Amino acid sequence: MMLALHAEWTKLRTVAGPAWLLLAAIASTVALSAAAAAAPTCPLDRCLVDAPRLSLTGVQLGQVVIAVLAVLVVGGEYSTGMIRTTLTALPRRVTVLAAKATTVSGLTLAAGSVAVLGSLLAGRLILPGNGLTRSRGYAPLTLTDGPTLRAAAGSVLYLVLIGLLSLGVATAVRDSATAIGVVLGLLYLFPILAQVVTDPIWQRHLQQIAPMTAGLAIQTTTDIASLPISPWAGLGVLAAWAAGALLAGGLLLRLRDT
Amino acid sequence: MTETTTAYRSTMRTERDGFGQLLHSEWTKFRTVRGWVIATVVAALVTVLFGLLTAAGSHTSCSNGPVEIACPAIPVGPDGEAVKDSFYFVHQPLAGDGSITVRVTSLTGGVAARDGGVVRKLDATTPTSGEIQPWAKAGLIIKENTTAGSAYAAIMVTGGHGVRMQDNYTGDAAGPAGAVSAASPRWLRLTRTGNTLTGYSSIDGAAWTAVGTAHLAGLSTTVQAGMFATSPIQETFTQQLGGGSATGGPTLATARFDTLGLQGHWPEKAWTGDAVGAEPGRAASGELRQSGATYAVTGTGDIAPDVAGSGATIEQTLAGVFATLAMMVVLGVLFITTEYRRGMIRTSLTARPRRGQILAAKAMVIGAVTFVTGLIANAVTFPLTAHFLRANGNFIYPTTWLTALRVIAGTAALLAVAAVLALAVGTIVRRSAGAVAAVIVLIVLPYIVSTAGVLPAGPSQWLLRLTPAAGFAIQQSLIEYPQVSHAYVPAFGFYPLAPWSGFAVLCAYAAVALGVAHYLLQRRDT
Repeated sequence: MMLALHAEWTKLRTVAGPAWLLLAAIASTVALSAAAAAAPTCPLDRCLVDAPRLSLTGVQLGQVVIAVLAVLVVGGEYSTGMIRTTLTALPRRVTVLAAKATTVSGLTLAAGSVAVLGSLLAGRLILPGNGLTRSRGYAPLTLTDGPTLRAAAGSVLYLVLIGLLSLGVATAVRDSATAIGVVLGLLYLFPILAQVVTDPIWQRHLQQIAPMTAGLAIQTTTDIASLPISPWAGLGVLAAWAAGALLAGGLLLRLRDT
Repeated sequence: MTETTTAYRSTMRTERDGFGQLLHSEWTKFRTVRGWVIATVVAALVTVLFGLLTAAGSHTSCSNGPVEIACPAIPVGPDGEAVKDSFYFVHQPLAGDGSITVRVTSLTGGVAARDGGVVRKLDATTPTSGEIQPWAKAGLIIKENTTAGSAYAAIMVTGGHGVRMQDNYTGDAAGPAGAVSAASPRWLRLTRTGNTLTGYSSIDGAAWTAVGTAHLAGLSTTVQAGMFATSPIQETFTQQLGGGSATGGPTLATARFDTLGLQGHWPEKAWTGDAVGAEPGRAASGELRQSGATYAVTGTGDIAPDVAGSGATIEQTLAGVFATLAMMVVLGVLFITTEYRRGMIRTSLTARPRRGQILAAKAMVIGAVTFVTGLIANAVTFPLTAHFLRANGNFIYPTTWLTALRVIAGTAALLAVAAVLALAVGTIVRRSAGAVAAVIVLIVLPYIVSTAGVLPAGPSQWLLRLTPAAGFAIQQSLIEYPQVSHAYVPAFGFYPLAPWSGFAVLCAYAAVALGVAHYLLQRRDT
């Protein structure tokens, strides 16, 4: 396993793409978060803004870059034929997939932490200038606050799970373009359907099983009772999607020739 | 003896070298990849499937106490559009031509006070708070009959928009501005000559100015004419992170009329008060209080087009188009990146050294395939989903057939342009995963954050002006009316750009991307 991990790490380290993608993930997350934090204006004395969630808006963009990175870890090997070398050197398919999953998780964990911390810092600096001041009941964002810490740590975990989901899908479909299309379709289609469907029960169920909507419930710190799914359960739903994708990918990898 | 030798000539038949040939070869490349053909068919089926899913997940029913009943029908105006037609009408029949003149000395009102969250009755005794609604209306009206949705023309004073002449729900002409009060009353006159109704206003009852003229085709000889008052629901729209919501409540308007003058044949010579368009089972909303020659009319509701919120829109039947979009973007990108991956691009460029033509041929093939696929899928999904939506008790906003055609064909065109954009981005970056992610994110993410209430209305509207998501404006079937107060925001289906301008923004993105792709294709080796 250590050998497999080392091989995966070398493959990622020695090409420029992954490093740039990680930087792009961090930059896009922080940039969109900062833009979102600069956007809200409170017309009334009472704002209804969920400050930590607002400062973590960028995760919605950063997850796409993470998904691309994770997809390329597998899809890139299939497009170049490298996968044959990999599987010849390490015939135990599950080990290969586990090594890839570990590498992707580690990288996402690192980049996600930087991105989330950067976003919160941007929010801490920008939000008070935008009317979300202490006098209106908004303390500066800090990780010592329980719900904020949960939102921050949960967002990092969310990114890791998105990476694993993408890895599983890419292993199953063996093509980068198709894999990223499937992943983004999965993430975006549910919220759109939930918007169109008028039946509140259907709406709630759609939001409960949607990987993005349910997963991002972890970012909510106010009015948790009105969420379609509780924060940790929502992250659990995403984890189930990721596990399902990895399982499908692993099974197909074992059953197919390459 | 010398032998003459002729130069070698290939015995192969010379092929035509035209652009048509190139199109044919690109079409063959697309047609012969089985996965792509299957994906195209699946993309079409997905639109149908999600349309049916939308219909299955949308039930509308109303309750009368504990019993669920079918919802009352939404009135439809003479031109086929959904309308709001509820007001308090003090009327009597007018036979043939004639006119009615009145002086309005005040228009007051506000939000009806709630008794434990419920508004029990709406009449002159209901306490109100706040200011009169800007579009509270009171004045004279001539109407086909007292059925909601029938033809009318009215001259009125409003809470904040001066004197107006309105007809058949969508017609609106502005008269003299200014609020009405005892110190500055307004005289109004409405005359009928055949099918032509003309509204006049005056500040002294002597010098009259015509405000507007309405032609009501097919108006009966005997119509209902008289005074009316109404005041629309007050809506406060708040959009914060996590969702937009409109809250509001009914409002009231009371107008005082005097110096009533009638000309023509008024057979009954007595006024009747009716709440037009009142919901069955509800207490009467509005009333008439008469003292001598002074009439105080109180009403609630609106006489206006129903702009949004009462039902589904026709574009909602095409929700599955997002899945189709993702699939066609993948195909658009693969159409070029596969050539790079397999080295086929070298063959393509050797066979046809004029590279711009290859890009053009590819764009035309992927654009045409996507357009036809989308068109068939939408043309099937739209009537099917609309049928099931109606069967589930949903009201669908009626539109003209031209609008329906624009939504169906425009959505297919939107898919086609998105596929061409994907092809161009694929040519630029030559990597499939990055190109697919970039195009889907550019088109879909701004749409989601603007319409799902993630962002406030202001930034949402800018996103839908500047990003490729502006193209979704082509799907808007609802119409904005300046004479109706409503939150015309993306969350409720209103785009900041007109349908074709929004589509043009998406086309501009595709054109610029094609330009850059063309430049890079010329400059790079392969």
